[in-house]
Formats: sequence, structure tokens, C-alpha cells
Amino acid sequence: MAVFRNFLSGVRSMFRKESVEREMDQELHAYLQSATQEKMRRGMRHDQARRAAQIEMGGFENVKQQVREASWETSVETLWKDLCFGSRLLASTPMFTAAAVLSLALGIGANTAIFQLLDAIRLRALPVKNSSEMAVVEIADRDGATGHFANRYSNLTNPIWEQIRAQQQGFSSVFAWGPTTFNISPGGEVHNVQGLWVSGEIFNVLGVEAERGRVLTPSDDQKSCASPGLVISHSFWQQQYAGTESIVGQTISLEKHSFAIVGVTPPNFYGVEAGREFDVAVPLCAEPVIRGEDSLLNRRDGWWLTVLGRLKPGWTREKATAQLRAVSPGIFEAVVPTDFDDSSAKHFLGYKLGAFPGQTGVSDLRDTYESPLWLLLGLAGLVLLIAAANLANLMLARASAREREMAVRIALGATRGRLIRQLLAESLLLAAVGALGGMAVARGLTQFLVSWLSTKQDPLFVDLATDWRMLAFTTVVTLLACVLFGLAPALRATKVAPGAALKSSGHNATNPRSRFGFRRALVVSQIALSLTLVVGAILFARSLWRLANLDAGFTQQGVLETDLDFTELKLPAERRHEFKRTMLDQIRGIPGVDSAAAAAIVPLSGDGMNRQVLVERSGQVVQSKADLNQVSSAYFETLRTPFLAGRDFHSLDTLASPKVVIVNQAFARKFFDGQNPVGKTIRIKGYKDVTPPVEIIGYVKDAKYNNLREDFRPTMYTPIAQDEHPDTGETILLRSSDSLFRLIPLIKEGVEKTSPAIDLTFTPFHTLVEQSMLRDRLMARLSGFFGLLAALLATIGLYGVISYMVSQRRNEIGIRMALGADRGIILKLVMQEAAWLVGLGLLAGTVLALAGGETASALLFGLKPWDAATFAMALSGLTLVSGAASLLPALRAARVDPMVALRDE
Amino acid sequence: MTADKPSGLVQGTLDMLILKTLQLEPMHGYGIALRIEQISKGVFQVNPGSLFPAFRRLERDGLMKGEWRETENNRRAKYYALTSDGRRKLTSEAQEWRRQSGAIARILEAES
Repeated sequence: MAVFRNFLSGVRSMFRKESVEREMDQELHAYLQSATQEKMRRGMRHDQARRAAQIEMGGFENVKQQVREASWETSVETLWKDLCFGSRLLASTPMFTAAAVLSLALGIGANTAIFQLLDAIRLRALPVKNSSEMAVVEIADRDGATGHFANRYSNLTNPIWEQIRAQQQGFSSVFAWGPTTFNISPGGEVHNVQGLWVSGEIFNVLGVEAERGRVLTPSDDQKSCASPGLVISHSFWQQQYAGTESIVGQTISLEKHSFAIVGVTPPNFYGVEAGREFDVAVPLCAEPVIRGEDSLLNRRDGWWLTVLGRLKPGWTREKATAQLRAVSPGIFEAVVPTDFDDSSAKHFLGYKLGAFPGQTGVSDLRDTYESPLWLLLGLAGLVLLIAAANLANLMLARASAREREMAVRIALGATRGRLIRQLLAESLLLAAVGALGGMAVARGLTQFLVSWLSTKQDPLFVDLATDWRMLAFTTVVTLLACVLFGLAPALRATKVAPGAALKSSGHNATNPRSRFGFRRALVVSQIALSLTLVVGAILFARSLWRLANLDAGFTQQGVLETDLDFTELKLPAERRHEFKRTMLDQIRGIPGVDSAAAAAIVPLSGDGMNRQVLVERSGQVVQSKADLNQVSSAYFETLRTPFLAGRDFHSLDTLASPKVVIVNQAFARKFFDGQNPVGKTIRIKGYKDVTPPVEIIGYVKDAKYNNLREDFRPTMYTPIAQDEHPDTGETILLRSSDSLFRLIPLIKEGVEKTSPAIDLTFTPFHTLVEQSMLRDRLMARLSGFFGLLAALLATIGLYGVISYMVSQRRNEIGIRMALGADRGIILKLVMQEAAWLVGLGLLAGTVLALAGGETASALLFGLKPWDAATFAMALSGLTLVSGAASLLPALRAARVDPMVALRDE
Repeated sequence: MTADKPSGLVQGTLDMLILKTLQLEPMHGYGIALRIEQISKGVFQVNPGSLFPAFRRLERDGLMKGEWRETENNRRAKYYALTSDGRRKLTSEAQEWRRQSGAIARILEAES
């Protein structure tokens, strides 16, 4: 109550400032009069009494000031005055202000942008109610699982999910989901959207209600539902249907099956996967309808689901895990795939379920990007530190120019605290404007990064809405920067002895070194930090260069991936090989196509198959895993993977002929001591059965399989025509010396002539290769940007300090020259000073970079963080630039005219 | 440059003394200063530098109210009067003070 009254009266007196002042004046006058009268009553003369009363009072203004300070609104007013004064001062030096704001905006912006990405994939909670109750149910250690894996979260099979639903006790309810893509085009070229398979419980568990229509319920997700309803996301509704009101009840085609839209989810619900957005959500029971014979729903070895649940009140994750572990043996016993051999089955039965943190949803982006982003945040932090040091230096220069002003004000009775407050208000103003600029920079940068990291197949989604976490981060960073660059200069600037400062006239022949020492320390640390950043930048650039120029075993340029999907033709399995061969021949016949081949797995696409291989050697059977690809003839020719020995597949390798295989060098090293394996036989193991001996007919050079970073892995290639279960799709890789985009219409035309019901997707192979280097390119590009910025800021800082030093020692230089020193000596004098600073900075930076290098080592390819060549490049580069930056003021010093310099004194 | 503290006055005590002097009747600034000095027999000399900020504080907190009035010798001065909040505050402060000073006195006597 009293606080409230105090506040009100404070606000009131702020608006009635003049009358409050007048009243105080009158009150003090009345006091003085009463005191005078009292003293006269005691026998003093009028003038004596008045004088005594005035002395007692001790200064009219002083008392008034003390009264003002007793009320809070005064500090607000002073702050406001300080801000006004600061902004006038800043406006009077626009160059300085612009440089300061720009460097702060870049520093704060870079930090905020990277933090925003981290926030989106790591920190932000799911957009559902009470997200802290959410937990993920998965197998604790599921290494070495066998089967079919459908997507990036292939955690569980549908039979396991059904068991979990029936047997778990720790959750009030659980749901299963899996990401996928759906082709919503009714024919012709494919139009893929982001889809979710969801069990009927999902929206109820998450507490998400429909924006239009209704959400899915368990009654939508009944076994063998024919054509259930589906829901779409708010953004898909807006983009695809322009937000039309009559959305509910419209139908949508998914993989050429028609579904009715029953509802739209609210705008803030993007799904349960951080960093990605969904377009349509379809009940699990529709999966057999859409996937047809590739359906995983009832397969015990089909991994495609992730399970989340909401913990019951009173249950912790530990308790739920204990319960899940207890029921695990029964669950896995009930759903073990029947065609597993003994060892696979034993492995499967040993799995244990557990409950894991689910508040932030799930995200595979975390594994890929979390540590690079933390590292980048660290680098951005260093950039901000350098920017702050630079600014501190500039502020110090300004402060020494204002030394007399400070001295005068102190002499007039201002307290040091008051002056510091005023200088800090100036810094605060700069920081605030810098932060605003930083927010704008961050917005642009985040958008750029998101669109840059998104690929056509895998669009990223980051909610750019400002949340409190980001605001808090930016505020803290800004205040930190403000204190860093504002406080020290303010403390130094106000530490003046008024007498001495007023006596001396600007230029001092003997400037106290201590004052200057701080600026030097700043420059040394700037150079040290920027060396660290430059080393980082060069490391990542070299790492990317190595990755991009390594011999991957194939040539990606000029190769186009064409995916055919002829499910609609409903060909029986025995006619598919023939059809595929016809299609391949047709594409090979298109003018401009140099060669073409079919492949089950496109290298670096992330898809993969592997098998156990048995090789008999000197009476003993060696068994080990090898990657597998099924390819047609001319595959190696198309990708330009050289043959070392043996022959390619040809049209006589069919289901009817003996099984043959081509292997790579890593395979030969693993199983045949690196000898030419052509003519030898191996046996390949399926789930249960082992093939009869298969002859190795070809021996090819190593090529990357999964990603560019891996070591070459033992790989075998079997003829795609000998696949016993041909599916209804075909991936054709074709090479052309022509423009790939000119070929696309020709291929479309040819395929359409065969049948308009065939779906087509085109992807240039080199984009696939580039996408696999996305993270490395991110690191190289951003760290390069930071390194450049850092070097620039540090150079400016060095230039500023050397210039300042030269101007401070102008008299000294003049005297030296008058005494006979020539220009060379002066040049040497200044350059020596600079060399000391740079040398110290580089030394400290080297130590820092070596110490910090370990954090980057996991992200580097083909070189160590203490790579000598990198350090040599960074050191010589920075030495060169800083040499140039100090040469300019040094030359200026050498041109000093002793007469002029001495006359100035 | 730093505010002068009234000699020997414990921080916060000045507020209580001001309220106490106003208990009988409204008074103006100099009157209050004089009264405190007289009653304390010159032990406490309050100077305007601490008196007026205290007035501002007490008025702000609603413990007393100022009003311009004629003085006995036909001048205008601002008279301060206790509010009901002020009275309550004075009672509780005085009680607390007595309790504390009594305790301190007992401790000092026990020592000697």
C-alpha cells in the first residue's frame, strides 16, 4: 500500500515538476526565515542571524539535491537525462556510432541466430499442454537390429507397439507415430508432402484440439480400415488450400488413394519432431492401403514407429522404465520374427524397453547439428568478445578526449558514481541499438540458415516466433557486452585527478603508461581471439576441401537419378524384371544419354542393405558383414568406378543363371588378404538360409557407400536381375555429357509413351553428394565468416591503438627527430611496438587455439585440430594484415615534422 | 558531497523522532528541528540536509501530510500533521525502540 502510494506520488511529482520545485524552494525559505528569527530572538543582529542560519543550513542547492535524491523518480529522471545527453553525443560522432552499432549488431545477431536454431532443435518444449509429462518409449540399446527400416525414427515395429499399448502401466495413454512422405499428385510428376503415420490416440494424448473439423481418435484407427479420414496441418491448409473455409470433407489423393480431410490442427502444432513440420497425418491402419505390398504394418521385422506417452500423475520415468523392463521379455517373446535364425532371435529377445525424456519431442537433427551449433555459438561468442574489446578501445579513446570535461565536472562537485552512471548510459544506448540491429540480423541469418540446410526431400522447419528464451538470451548477451565495453572505460575515464588534468593541455610528453597498458591488453586479447577464430575457419575450410576432393570412387558430375514408380500398373512379380529391362533399354536409347544403369541403393543417399558373408579359407569359415547393392550392367561405367579385374554383369545374368557377385577392394582386403578375388566363391546369409556358393566375377575399386566420411567398407554388388523379390519401382542412374535438365523432358516424354501411370522423380546425383556435405559446408562457411569478421575487427583495433600511440608520442618523436633520429629509426620504433603486441597476441592465440581445438576434432575430416599447415597459414595471414595495419600509423609517425610537433607543446 | 548524518542518530531513528514531535500538534519544518533539539537538550542537532529528505520520505509513505498555513508571526509555512497511518507507525516504532533499548541497557548493565 505504502509502496503504491509512494509510486503514485512519485509519478505525480514527475508531471508537476515545477510546482514541486517551487514548493520546496518556499519551504526552505520559510525554514531559513524561522531560523533567522529564532536567532534574532536570542539576541543576534539581523545580518548575523541570517548568516548563522545559512551556515547551519549548509547551502540551499545542496539541501534541495538531498531531498531530490530521497525520492525514486529522480533516478529515473537522471537516467533519462543521461540517455538524452548520450544520444546527442553519439549523434555528434556518426562514424563512431555507426561502426559501434554495426559491430555490435553483427556480434549479437550471429549469437542470437545460432541460439535460435539450438533453441528450436534442442531446448524448446513440444507445443502441447504439460509437455514435461511426455516421455519416449523405446528399446534402450537396439544395436544390430535386422529387418526393414522405413524412416529416420525406425525405433519399433507395429507388433511391438501393440504390445506396449496393451501392457504398459506408467502412462495414462501412449501413441505411436512415424514420419513419411506422401505423393499427393494424382498422376504424372510426383509432388511429395511431409506425412505422419499416427495411431488414433495421438491428439488425445498430446491434448491438441482441431482448429477446423475434428482431430483423429482411436475409432479412426481400426484394423483394416479401408479409407479413414485424415487431418492436415494449419500451414498446409493455408498453403495448399489457401485457407478455404470448406476444407473439412474435401478429399486428397495420397499415393493415388483418395482420403477425406476431417480436420485441421491449430497453427502452433508442428508435430512431435523438433525442426520439422508435417503436412498430413494419417492413421496407422491406412498404411497397408497406401504402401500396398511393401506394407510394414504386420511385419515383425518392419521398424518404422516411435512411441510417446504421457506419464500418469505420480509416475516418474524411472518407475515407468522399471515397469517396461519387467514386461519386456514377454513382449519380445510374443513378437519375435518367425524367420529369424537363432542368434538374431536371441539378440531380439534380449531387448529392454525404457522411458526416455520426451519433453522436447524427438529429433535426428540434434545428433547431426547439436554439437556443431554449440561450437558455432562459442565461435560467435568470441566474435562478440572481440567486437566488445574493439568498442572498449574506441570508448577509451573517446574518454581520454573527454578527460578535461570529466575533470571540470568533478571539480564542480559531481561524484564519480554519477559520472560512471552517465558514461554507462551511453554504452547502454549503444548496446540497445546494437541489440535491435542484432535481432534484425538474427532474423535474416536464421532464415538463411534454415533455407540453406533444408533440402527438397527434407525441409526443415524452425518456428521464428520470438520466444522468451531467445529474448532473455539476447538481453543477457547485450548487457554482458555493454558491461564489457562500457564499464572499464568508464572506470578509467573517471579516475582523474582534476588538478593535474586541468593543468596539462591535451598532449603530454610523458603520458602515464598504465592508462595505455589497458588498451594494449585489449588489442593483445583481440589478436589472440581472432587467431583462434581464423584457425577454426581455415580448419573447417580445409576439412571441407578434403571432403569435396577426396576420391569417393565415383564421379558425381553429369549423373542424373531417375526414380520410376510403376505400382499403378499392377504388374505380377514374374513380369517385373522384364518390364524394368525394357524401361532401362528405353532410357539408354534416348539421345544424349551416354550410359545408364539401375541400382537398388544410390550411394550416399542414406539407404543401405547389408548381409553376413561366409568365406571358406583353408578349411575355416570366416563370417563377417558386408554392404550390399543390387545393380544392373553398366553401373560401374555410369558412375566411373574403375574395374580392376573380371567382367561386368550382362544380360545373361538372370534368375535362371548361376548367381554371381562383384566385390570391391575393401571386400578383398577383408576376406582375401587383398588378393584378386575373381573366380573365388562366397556364400551370403539371409535371415535363416544361406545361399549356395556364389562366384565372384568382378573386382572393382572402392567407392563410398553411406557417406563421404566413412572408411571404404567391404561392399558386394549382385545383379539386380537376380533379385528374387523385384518390387514395383526402379532407380536409374544415367550419365550424360549434355545438360541434365535438357534430358528431363525427353525422359518424361519417353516414359509417358510407355504408360502415363508411371511416377517419375529426378535428382541430380551431385546434389545428393553435396547434401551429404551440408554440415561441413555450414561449418566452413559460418566459421569462415566469423574468422573474417574477427580478423577485420582485430585489425581495426590494432590500427586504432598504434595510431593513438603515435599521436600521444608526437612530442617525443619530434624531440627524437630534432636530436637526429632519422625516419627509419622512428619507423622501427613504432613497428617494434606493434610487433610486440601482435607477437604476444599470436602467442596467446596459438595456445588458445591448441587448447580449444579438441572441441572441433569430431567435426573435422582428414586433419587434426593441431594441423601445422593451418596454423602456419593463420599466423602468417594475421601477421601480414596486422603488419599492414600498423605500417600506416608508423609511416605517419615518420613523416612528423619536428618543428610542428614541438611548436604544439 | 556525501550526506551528513545527524550526529549520533541511528539510521531510521530520525523518522521516529519527527513523527513523535508531531504527535501533539502539526508543526512546520523549523519548529520540528527546534523541538527535537530542545527536548533532547541539544544532544541531537538535526540539520536541514537530513531533515527535508526525511520529510519527503515520510510524506511519500503517507505517514504525514503537509499543508501551507499562516505562522504565528503572519508568514506562510508548510505545516506537517500525522496521518492515522503515521500514528500507528509511531506507536509500533516506539514500542519496538523501547523493547530494544531496554534490552541493550540490560546487557550493558550486566557487563559492568
